[in-house]
Amino acid sequence: MACEQWREKLDFYIDGELDQAQASALGAHLRGCADCAADVLGRVQLKRSVQMAGKRYTASAELRNRITKSVAAKPHRAPGWYWRILAVPALAVLVFSIAVNLYVGRENARRQRVYSELADLHVAALASATPVEVVSTDRHTVKPWFQGKIPFTFNLPELQGSEFTLLGGRVTYLAQTPGAHLIYQVRKHEISVFIFQDRGEEAGLPAGFWHPLSFNVENWTQNGLRYFVVGDVGAEDIRALSKLLRDAG
Amino acid sequence: MKVPEKSVRDATFEDLAMPLFDQLYNFARWLTQNTAEAEDLTQETYVKALRGFSSFQMGTNFRAWMYRILRNTFLTSRTGLKTTVAIDEDTDERLLPVESTTPESTLIEQANREMVQQALTDLPVPFREILLLCEVEEMSYQEIAETLAIPMGTVMSRLYRARKALRDLLRKKNEGDRHGV
Repeated sequence: MACEQWREKLDFYIDGELDQAQASALGAHLRGCADCAADVLGRVQLKRSVQMAGKRYTASAELRNRITKSVAAKPHRAPGWYWRILAVPALAVLVFSIAVNLYVGRENARRQRVYSELADLHVAALASATPVEVVSTDRHTVKPWFQGKIPFTFNLPELQGSEFTLLGGRVTYLAQTPGAHLIYQVRKHEISVFIFQDRGEEAGLPAGFWHPLSFNVENWTQNGLRYFVVGDVGAEDIRALSKLLRDAG
Repeated sequence: MKVPEKSVRDATFEDLAMPLFDQLYNFARWLTQNTAEAEDLTQETYVKALRGFSSFQMGTNFRAWMYRILRNTFLTSRTGLKTTVAIDEDTDERLLPVESTTPESTLIEQANREMVQQALTDLPVPFREILLLCEVEEMSYQEIAETLAIPMGTVMSRLYRARKALRDLLRKKNEGDRHGV
């Protein structure tokens, strides 16, 4: 390769941005080419002098103390301690959901199967060491995270002014179909929101509000998507969150 | 400084953010060119970052995240709005033909520390900040791209132009000195 072509890469070389093969090829060229070697030397010297000149300012101890005080003794990143506290009640609910699985009435067997599976997903997520794969209270972070992971997209509501907080989301499966599982919080209670493509398999499920074994569940379809809102909170909270989601969707 | 997921979950904001204090202040001081403003900017950065810490995504670059907050805070401050000049290279990401550093320019490389500091101060903010991130903070191009929220190609071309502008300034200063100006 001619010097001209190498010259384009000299800055990348001194910045450590060339891959190993290119870096060693360039190293070999520099050993035989005095012009390029002098050029590299000049660039390295400039880089070093900027490095030295740039480390110029030192903050006062007073500023450091002030800032340290203002950020000190803050709790760990919320989900860290939070999920540990949750694990015990969540396990209790898990035991309960096994009872849900055992109780399957003949008439509503299918509905129960879907709801049991959702209750399992809800409880299993909360009991998991990593309840959510994307941890964020920001819907603009959570929604794009699902891109490429599930075969559809959805809208999430603005929660400002409501009691609900978004904790995060994960990919989930219902009857081998991928979907979005979002976890919201209201007054220390978790609510799961499941969103799947409405493939007609659940078509027999009437939209509406159900109370299967102490979980409250609301489900509806909207724009080709089927939403389930599942939690052990009161019916008002489930309805309020469902309304926010419906308005956003 | 990629933070592994587990250690972020266990780390407090203080654990992650305070080791960056000195370098963030240095960067703030270079941007603002004023001690009082640099102190305010650093403090505001920490307040904002602490408030937004729950939305910091695990496994992503914490250092770049902190610098981005500092820089955005600066850009929307009174001084930031006044001092930032637009540079027009962002539409053209191709690298310009590279100028060779000829032997006479080796003199520049030996310029003394104060001269380089003065030249850095004289550079427009976009050039000054990218040189500081690359040379002083020793960030990779990828990290700089995250911090400045610009594509990699723009990082390369802006860095090239910043170095050239710095060299030109030093050359002028050298000539000035030699002619006793």
